[in-house]
Order: sequence, then structure tokens, then C-alpha cells
Amino acid sequence: MEELILARIQFASTTLFHFIFVPLSIGLAFIIAVMQTMYVLKENELYKKMTKFWGAFFLINFAVGVVTGILQEFQFGMNWSSYSRFVGDVFGAPLAVEALLAFFMESTFIGLWIFGWDKLPKRIHLACIWLVSIGTILSAFWILAANSFMQNPLGYTLQNGRAEMNDVFAVLTNQKLWVAFPHTIFASLTTGAFFIVGVSAWKMLKKADVEFFKRSFQISLIIGMVSALGIAFSGHSQATYLVSAQPMKMAAAEGLWDDSPDPAPWTVFALIDTDKQESTMRVEVPYMLSYLAYEQFHGSVQGMKNIQAQYEQKYGPGNYIPPVKTTFWSFRIMVVMGGGLLLLALIGLVLQWRGRLEESPAYLKWMVAAIFIPYIGNSFGWIMSEIGRQPWVVNGLMRTADGVSPNVSTGQLLFSLISFSLIYTILAIVMVYLFVKVIKRGPHEKLPEDVSATDPFNTEGNNYAFK
Amino acid sequence: MHLSELWFLLVSILFVGFVFLEGFDFGVGMGTKFLARTEQEKRILLNTIGPVWDANEVWLIIAGGAMFAAFPHWYATLFSGFYFPFVILLLALIARGVAFEFRSKVGAKQWRLAWDWSIFLGSLLPPFLLGVMFASLIKGLPIDGEMNMYAGFTDIVNLYTVVGGIAFVLLSYLHGLMFIGLKTTGEIRERAHRMAQRIYVIIGVVVVLFVSLTALYTDAFRDKGTFLIPLYSAAIIAYACLYYFMYKKKEGWSFVSTGLVLALVTSSFFVALFPNVMISSIDVVNNLTVYNAASGSYSLKLMTIVAVTLLPFVLAYQVWSYYVFRKRVTDKEHLEY
Repeated sequence: MEELILARIQFASTTLFHFIFVPLSIGLAFIIAVMQTMYVLKENELYKKMTKFWGAFFLINFAVGVVTGILQEFQFGMNWSSYSRFVGDVFGAPLAVEALLAFFMESTFIGLWIFGWDKLPKRIHLACIWLVSIGTILSAFWILAANSFMQNPLGYTLQNGRAEMNDVFAVLTNQKLWVAFPHTIFASLTTGAFFIVGVSAWKMLKKADVEFFKRSFQISLIIGMVSALGIAFSGHSQATYLVSAQPMKMAAAEGLWDDSPDPAPWTVFALIDTDKQESTMRVEVPYMLSYLAYEQFHGSVQGMKNIQAQYEQKYGPGNYIPPVKTTFWSFRIMVVMGGGLLLLALIGLVLQWRGRLEESPAYLKWMVAAIFIPYIGNSFGWIMSEIGRQPWVVNGLMRTADGVSPNVSTGQLLFSLISFSLIYTILAIVMVYLFVKVIKRGPHEKLPEDVSATDPFNTEGNNYAFK
Repeated sequence: MHLSELWFLLVSILFVGFVFLEGFDFGVGMGTKFLARTEQEKRILLNTIGPVWDANEVWLIIAGGAMFAAFPHWYATLFSGFYFPFVILLLALIARGVAFEFRSKVGAKQWRLAWDWSIFLGSLLPPFLLGVMFASLIKGLPIDGEMNMYAGFTDIVNLYTVVGGIAFVLLSYLHGLMFIGLKTTGEIRERAHRMAQRIYVIIGVVVVLFVSLTALYTDAFRDKGTFLIPLYSAAIIAYACLYYFMYKKKEGWSFVSTGLVLALVTSSFFVALFPNVMISSIDVVNNLTVYNAASGSYSLKLMTIVAVTLLPFVLAYQVWSYYVFRKRVTDKEHLEY
């Protein structure tokens, strides 16, 4: 039992940490590719400077994303060996394809991009960053294909006590994948856009390189606006999908114990008592849940007690209700973050259109703080999605408790949990330190180095990548 | 040929490719402590592998992914069974991977020292741990009837496996020296040549010791002698040729030779294992084989189609990237890391 808890903490913490970096990598790669495209098309050095400056953040972030990703692939086997045996046939394939199709592409072309500035023709060098960007997006696609199987298993038969794939098209046309993938990509683009917007706002407030940062701000704000809208629409299709495929997650996300009235109101706030199985002090928006669920203003949504009874009939006795409060509040935090971003982007566009960005320090300060909003939204979105699935690791097929490695001891788990937490903490501190350093330096100045002091022969050692 | 046999071959090729490619960049990483004397030389060494180390490492990730997809039981037994070594391996790879990107971002001496140690240990530990792992795979491990491995310390760490680990570290270092000889100029290039000549005999002795211990501690030669003897003979010939190439300063051929030795030794593990993928020291009926550890035939067929379609492209652009960065790295140019 203790092993299960530790393995779950391990998985949750390492995955959440990894997922801090992935969306920013996806978002920044795309925006940098756009900036470099403008440089190649317009031959304006400003865009080259932008590409390199924002590229510095991308590379630092990408490095952490990559190394924390290696652990992701291996910990299924290390901590969840029973799970790996059971679903490897279906779940391993998308992971392998991810590595073959996406990782190789990213890693090779990022090397070519970093080191190829003077060695490759301009357009081929531009193609390299686009391939990196496509690689990051493909990577998300295959990971979500694997995850969607856990959320809504399709395209398999149970054979030899394992889930064996029998229809790859069912795996790849899984509705869950096609609602989750756009949602994740839009969220990632938003993360990248608001990062650039926020850092630019900070520099504009400091009146440093105003021309440079204003331009960066404008480009990213437009991307941010479009992708924030994308989040809203794809999020809605996620909800519609949830009602039919994972009704328990939806009911938990709504704190809905009994079937809802028809039409169903959407709960903004509620006090949830999991022992008494009731939600009190509900603040509701009439008709909203019916609309979210069915895209029409009538229709009742099933409650947890009802679904629990159905599941007990189907899967035998047990508790099939996920941690309700976590699911309920993660969902709300995610939605509020997404809505907030949309609002901020809208205000920004109005200010920009009126040419009053620089005269609005209050708004710019808000945008600096807004750097963190996508991270909060991403993390809670992920928590909702994964916690709302419990007690299943593969919905309806395997319980999380049955997936854990039987041969890994508490001591081993503790050792790995502590050592990974430690190294991840160091990485986080270092990364923030480096980010702040690059921000302070701005697009012009070189990094202060004392290489020449330690190396008498060095004449050129302190040429930093981003001159 | 059974599809699961084909996938065993593919997983083997991925591991051999990984050892050949990342072998030299591990070696270069070790060279930053053993070979480079100045900060500038360190940077030159790191920049020789700068554009390629990440893609080289992906070979390991793919090997793991292919195992997961094609042999879920192998993946599950191996990774949960070698829990502790894999934690260390991952910590090493994590520290190493970020160090390349981080070390030149700040000038302070302590900062560089910390990341230099990350690169050094991150380059030394993985080949050691993989050597230990490969050796213990053919020696056999306590695997029960449920395919779960319950290994004690001495099951994994013993004379034979430690010599295997050391052999891999030394061969990777030699391979790295050859790569440095191929990719640098001037003083550091000469020093790499001299260092390689100095340790040539020692490494030869360790590898021969390891092969002798294989004969002593495992059933590999009894079961697969007819395949292993030609393999090891080829490795010995390659190693002998290496001396000639080093003496004649044929750097390209020297690099190929050390790579060949590494590739042959790594292949020998898979030859010795087949048709098993994990050998149980408790009872042979508990052995995991390419047949009972494999995925269903649908999955394997699908994966085969994907691999056959994608691999040519992957190989083509990787070769192209080596071609783009074919020139020697000197201190006259911009150094990224």
C-alpha cells in the first residue's frame, strides 16, 4: 500500500514537473519559427535578434524538458511494471513512434539549428526550426494518443491476460485524442505567447529596448489571442466528450452527486462533503451545464451516485468515485485561468490597436504576472484529467492499484523520489536564475564571463551564442 | 522469420547503434577531465559533440521505447528489476543533458566546475551501468514465475559485471579519443593520439579479461560458442587493426575500428541471450524469451511497417547532420557550449 502511494507521488510529481516545460517548449518553438520566418522573408535584422533572444529561453527550457522526459519514458517500467505488461502492446507503440518520429527529429534538427547559423543556407536553417516545432507538436500528439487510450481504451482485445492491439485506426481516431490534442496545443501556444508577452511587458516597463520588445509583444499577443480562443473552443468540445465517454469524471468535476435537474445548471462554487456525499452552498448558472454537455439548453447530467451504482453492476463492488474536491476545483481553476487569459489578450489587442500599450503601465504589470497563468492552468488541467480518471489507470480495464510494480520496495521508491525531487528542485532554481539573467541582459549585451581570466590563451572564449 | 525475432534484432541494432554513437560522446565527456587542460580545450571538446549528442541519446530512448512496444514483459521486468541502477542512470543523464546547455551561460568558476562534474560523471556512469546491465543479463538474474525480478546487490554487482562495466567505460573513452582526434586540430589532437597509444594495451587486457570471465561465469560460450567465437575474433582483429591505424595516423579508420569493437562486443550480448531476453537464475522455465515476452502479432506488424517507413528518413537526416558538421572544431570559430 505504501509502495502504491509513493509510486503515485513519484509519477504525479515528475509528470507535473515535466509538464511545466513541455508547453513552453512547444509554444516557443512555434513562435521562434514564426519570427525567423519573418527574418528570412523581410531580411530585417530585428527579427533575427528576436529569434536569437527568445531562442535562448527556448534552449534552456528545452534542455530541462528533454532530460525530464527521459525519466517519463522509463518510469512506466520502473514503477508501474504490471501496468506496462498489461498495456505495453497498445500503449508502448505510440511511445515508440513518438521517439522514432518526433524525438529524432527534434534532437537532430535542434543541433542543426543551434550550431548551423553560419554553416547552413538561410532557408535550410529556417526549415530546421520549423522541423523542431513540428517535432514538438508530433511528440504531443503521440503522447496524447497513448494517454487517450488510458482515458478511453479502444482498438484492443483482451488476450493472454493483456490488452492487445487489434485496430490501430481505433487507437488513432479515439475521440478523446482529437479533443485533447488541439486543447493541449492551444494551451502550449498560449503558454509560449504569454511568456514572451510577459517578459516583453517587463522590459517595456523598464524602458529597455522598447522597439524590440514592443514588436515581440505584438507578434506574441496575436498568437496568444488566437490560441486562447482555441483553448476555449477545444475545451468546450472536451466537456461535451466527457459526458458521454467519462461521465464519472464529468460528474465529479461538477460536484454532482445526484442526477442534475433538466435543464442542468453549471455550478460555479460549492462546498463538497465527500463523506455525506452532498454539495451545499451551490452557486449556479442556469442552463449552462446542459449547454456544456449537449450543446443545447436542456438535458440532465448523470450524478456520481447513479454512475457508481452502474459501475458496481458492471465491475463489481468497489469505490469508483474519484477524489471529488480535487477534480471539482482543478476544473474551475483551469477554466478561470483560461478565461482570464482570453480577457487579458482582448484588452491587450484593444490597447495595441489604439496605440496605447506603452501608456498603460498597469496593464503591462498585469501581463508580467500573467506569465504564470498558463502554468497554473496547464497543471490543473492535467490534474483534473488524471485525478478524475481514478481509481482507474486504464478506464474500466485496470485499476491504478493493480498497475504498480510488485518487486519495487518502499526503500527503493523513497530513494528515487528523494533524489529526483532534489535534482528537479536544483534544475528549477537554475532555470529561473538563467531566465532572469537572460532577461536582464536583454537582446544586446554579452553575458559577463571571466573565461579570459582563467585562460591566458583565450581571445574569443567569451563569445556567447546570443550576441 | 518470426516477427518477434525481427524485433529482437531491431532492439539489438538500436542498442548497438546507441553504444557506437553515444559511446564516442560519452568518451568525449570523459575527455573533458582526463584530456583537456584549459577551459578553451574543454569547450572545443564539448563543441565537437555539441550538434549530435542529443540525437545519439535518442537511440537509447528509442531502444527503450521499442522494448516497451515490442516486448512489454522484457521492458517491465528489466526496468523494475534494475530499479536502483536505472535511477542512477537517469540522474546521470539528466545532469549531463542540462550541463551542456548550462555550463557556458554563466562565467563564474564554481558554476562551470559544477556542470563540468555533471558532464564527466554523466559520461562515465551510463556506459558503466549499461556494461553492468548487459553482463548481468547474460549471467542470469533471479526472476520468478511471474516474470518479476528480485535482485539483491550481488546479483547485479559482482566481479564479472563490474569488469563488464569497466570494459565499456574504457572502450567508450578510447572511442571518444578517436573522435577527438578526428574532429580537432593542433595540440589537443596530438594529445588525444598520445593518450590513446598509452592506454591501448590496458584496455585490450581488460576486454580480454572480460571475455574470459564471460566464458567462466556464464553459459554463453557453451550455448552460443559457434557464434560468439567468430564475433570476438572479429573484435580482436579490429582491435589489432586499430593499432596499425593509430600508428599510421589514419584517424577515420581508427574511429571506425574502436566503434567496431564496441559494436561487436555489444552484439555479443544479444547473440548470447537469444532466444532469451532475460535469463532466470532460479529456473530456466522462468526465462523471458522473444516469444513469451513479445507483444501480439498485430502490434508487431504495425510497428514493423512504421519502422521500415521511418528509419530511412531518420538515418538520412542524421547522416546529413554529421555531414554538415564534418569540419574540425578549432578555437578560431564560435564555440556554442
